[in-house]
Amino acid sequence: MTEPLITADLVDLDLPSDGRREAVRALAERLVKAGRVTDIDRFLADIEAREAQMPTGLEGGIGIPHCRSAAVTVPSLAFGRSTAGVDFGAEDGPARLIFMIAAPEGGNTDHMTVLAALARRLVRKAFKNELLEATDAGHVADYVQKEVAG
Amino acid sequence: MKLLAVTACPTGIAHTYMAAEALEVAAEEAGHEIVVETQGSAGSTPFTPEQLAEADAIILAADVEVRDKERFAHLPTVTSGVKKAIGGADGLIEQAVAAAEAAPKGSAAAAAPALAVKQTGPGTASKVRGWLMTGVSYVIPFVAAGGLLIALGFAIGGYQITDAPSVTKGFDWGSSTSWAALMFQLGALAFGLLVPVLAGFIAFAIADRPALVPGFVGGLVAVETGAGFLGGLVAGLLAGGLIFWMKRIRVPRALAGIMPVLVLPLIGTAIVGGIMFVVIGGPLAAATTGLTNWLNSLSGTNAILLGALLGLMMAFDMGGPVNKAAYAFAVAGLSTPSNTALLIMAAVMAAGMTPPLAMALATTVRKRLFSEVERENGRAAWLLGISFITEGAIPFAAGDPLRVIPSLMVGSAVTGSLSMAFGCTLRAPHGGIFVLPLIGNPFGYLIAIIAGTVVSAALVIALKTLGRRKTAAAETPDTIPAAAPRAAAHA
Repeated sequence: MTEPLITADLVDLDLPSDGRREAVRALAERLVKAGRVTDIDRFLADIEAREAQMPTGLEGGIGIPHCRSAAVTVPSLAFGRSTAGVDFGAEDGPARLIFMIAAPEGGNTDHMTVLAALARRLVRKAFKNELLEATDAGHVADYVQKEVAG
Repeated sequence: MKLLAVTACPTGIAHTYMAAEALEVAAEEAGHEIVVETQGSAGSTPFTPEQLAEADAIILAADVEVRDKERFAHLPTVTSGVKKAIGGADGLIEQAVAAAEAAPKGSAAAAAPALAVKQTGPGTASKVRGWLMTGVSYVIPFVAAGGLLIALGFAIGGYQITDAPSVTKGFDWGSSTSWAALMFQLGALAFGLLVPVLAGFIAFAIADRPALVPGFVGGLVAVETGAGFLGGLVAGLLAGGLIFWMKRIRVPRALAGIMPVLVLPLIGTAIVGGIMFVVIGGPLAAATTGLTNWLNSLSGTNAILLGALLGLMMAFDMGGPVNKAAYAFAVAGLSTPSNTALLIMAAVMAAGMTPPLAMALATTVRKRLFSEVERENGRAAWLLGISFITEGAIPFAAGDPLRVIPSLMVGSAVTGSLSMAFGCTLRAPHGGIFVLPLIGNPFGYLIAIIAGTVVSAALVIALKTLGRRKTAAAETPDTIPAAAPRAAAHA
């Protein structure tokens, strides 16, 4: 049995906009609550380490904080949407869609294939638009899951 | 038009695939075919020989070293960071098309190599070279920074700066000797990292992060046992191969999580370190002693032959056991200075100066035989060479040992024997150009060094050109420079 990449409780359609760290922490806490991350401090440190190499903000209002971390048990996606935007260091301004990708340190190829499929969706306009307009967390989770699996 | 692209990013889970998708979409919109090799965590499917042969151009969108880059030597290349491929994929596609049009397919230069690729593909040799080059690319800054610090130390403090007490024992802000000692000692520390970093990143290139510790520690053992950079190459390949193999062992789920961070580094380090100490270290120490004794028994031999022999030894492993044996033999002679001892010292230093100088010369006259980082290292190598910092040639030797080392040995042998023939003498154990006043017959000395440098550089160029033709890597058109210098690699 494989656990879904994302569930409704990993979706935050109204992410706090006071800063990158706060937004990242809010999403990380959802992962902890869902039992997908065991140690939040370690996980956040791994996220920050990746962010320090090069900011993960992308053109078009997207931030993808991500890492492989020993604190992650299941490959997971936490999704946050911010109305005001959170600065992830992209050249064209703050990110409105934030995808936190958590990969287990020893993830096998199957895990990684799912995450690769997700990453590929992130650059598609239709995918972004659907998420920008969604009103319901459950719908977002189902949509993403379906896109990634299909 | 048929395009290829490789995408790779530090974590290998997001940007690699986003860039691949963006390039595929952009290529389709522009009406071109593209195949993307994603060098990420989900494993990558290498291009087939047919794809490589039929391609018109390649885009390398990567923030880390692209694996097996040699496969693309026959293709016009567009290089960029991985992020640029996500935001500006259409621009990269345009550039690739423009590059391909500038070197139309079917022209002799493009067609011949493409055929050869079909036969060879990404063979073992090119894989090994890829691993070595990754290690080299990380080691070059250490050589440059450490070597220049040491050279500065010599320049300011004179050759006896090596005997200065540790700066931790007292540092006088107003004393130039203190500053020189500081630079020399910092440089020496940086040089201490050279072999471990080389070994660590060779291992990293083969088997990723879990191999880093076994590689680094294996490299440290190579330093500890005096095995030099050749020992480091062995340690790096050993650690990488071992971890690569261990990663394939299936383990219970509960254990899988701690494999890469705990189990693999622990067991890998124990095994690699053990082998380096016990299997390589012991015999090596014995061999070094044997070499030294043998050299001592040679006194009275023809001086010119002895000079050639010492030259061969100096250039063989650049800081490794053979080089050390030759150097120690010369320095030991200085304690009871006879004219022979001074002749030997001069020959040894001259022969140790030519390897970096030869590589500097080679990278200057035949730029396209070398990568961007190698060319930069080549610039530093001029100064390292005249400072008698033989290690300046290590990155070149480590990246392509079979071609570079023999070339350097021949040139150093020429220099060593000429220095003897001209009767050059030296009463200081090191210092390069900075001990010029202590050299007897400096003019002859200069000739000896220049001759060896030219011989080595010519041989390196000849061997590399020959090798390139053979492995189908010839003639990347000079008219199409890469779009951007390779992005700095992130670990």
